[in-house]
Amino acid sequence: MAIDKRVSSAAAAMEGVQDGAIVMMSGFGGAGFANVLIKALCAHAVKDLTLVVNSATHPYSFTHRLFENRQVRKVICTAARGRGRDLSVFEQQWSDGLVELECVPQGTFSERIRAGGAGIPAFYTPVGFGTELTRGKEVRVFQGREHVLEEAIIADLALIRADRSDRYGNLAFRYAQPNFGPAMATASKLTVAEVRAFDEQPMVHTDVQLPGTYVDRIVTVGE
Amino acid sequence: MQPLNRFQMAWRAAQDIQEGMLVNLGLGIPILASDYVPDGRDVFIQSENGIIGCGPLAADNAADTDLVDAGSRRITLRSGASIVHSADSFAMIRGGHIDVTILGCFEVAETGDMANWDMQVPNKGPLVGGAMDLASCARSVWVIMEYNTRKGEPRLLEKCLLPLTAVRCVNRIYTDVAVVDVTPQGFMVTDIVDGLSRESLQARSGAKLNFAADCRVLAAPPITAPD
Repeated sequence: MAIDKRVSSAAAAMEGVQDGAIVMMSGFGGAGFANVLIKALCAHAVKDLTLVVNSATHPYSFTHRLFENRQVRKVICTAARGRGRDLSVFEQQWSDGLVELECVPQGTFSERIRAGGAGIPAFYTPVGFGTELTRGKEVRVFQGREHVLEEAIIADLALIRADRSDRYGNLAFRYAQPNFGPAMATASKLTVAEVRAFDEQPMVHTDVQLPGTYVDRIVTVGE
Repeated sequence: MQPLNRFQMAWRAAQDIQEGMLVNLGLGIPILASDYVPDGRDVFIQSENGIIGCGPLAADNAADTDLVDAGSRRITLRSGASIVHSADSFAMIRGGHIDVTILGCFEVAETGDMANWDMQVPNKGPLVGGAMDLASCARSVWVIMEYNTRKGEPRLLEKCLLPLTAVRCVNRIYTDVAVVDVTPQGFMVTDIVDGLSRESLQARSGAKLNFAADCRVLAAPPITAPD
């Protein structure tokens, strides 16, 4: 049967996602949030999730709904601060000890994800040495400089947003929409992409920014 | 004495950006520096979300939510721009391909240690973003900050009090009253605002200052708002 990665709905795309899943979600600064899929994950009502997401509290994403629903056990992120004077729902749950937080420098965050998808279990980086974010981590000197050992992240589910897809799951992005999505797609056992538009014809190879081999399910969501 | 305002501090830092540089500008005052790069110097501005070649802010009617910089501002692209994903963007940063990053800052130690990410506000979550990657790995790290805190406390210190962003990383500090290089011998003042004595500047500092043999007057054209 010919490959066709489209599924009928965002809800259908959540099939098989279980309690305790590690979930990667793309998005940065308003670009690349898979908000239709995040809402479907809320409705899917799994709990004890670990979120791997750049911002725990970004106002343009629907991540906050997962906290409001009490579906999250832990967050690995680079930004955990709400913009308002009052605490965000994430900050409140973190302050109350209901959600565990792992705050990571953004380059280490993205490289841990890439490593997860590239078969590299851990790597050394100079970033974070001597800071409280790497306290207790193994340190080794290379070329006269201290580096810390950071471990890869592999997820059960990645929710990413792209502009276009074809039936093979090949993806094209607009402007700064890719951000964490391509790396997350490689590092996840199940990758679901929401796209603005579906191309009936296979994409020309020069347009493909992420090979469909990394994408399992496609949901067309429009603008 | 006439201290520089935030636009003038950005202007002064921008004068040191050279032709052909790949530059990453932090949020706040540093991002203003892009307006003041001297005419005729062709510079690429990198944004950590993967844009190489940020242009000016988008007009309201042309703004696109998919074309944003690290500060979530809706921008345009300059000619010759390209876009990569985040893991490649940080490979560019960590790999030493950024010529200079200009960052906002809270404290710098005379060893070059820097604290710019955690003001230890109770209950508010931490926000590190790309600060540690940029501070650790850009070829040159410049910071822009007021010379003293609002309470008058020094920000140039023997040892940082706030949580560190990176160790031994800062090369140059642009402030409202002085420009200071971080050297193997400690702080070296290269520019000082007219009407402020060296002794007064030292008294406002938390570590010993050295003064360059060719220490200049810190001055900038009058600027009260961005272009």
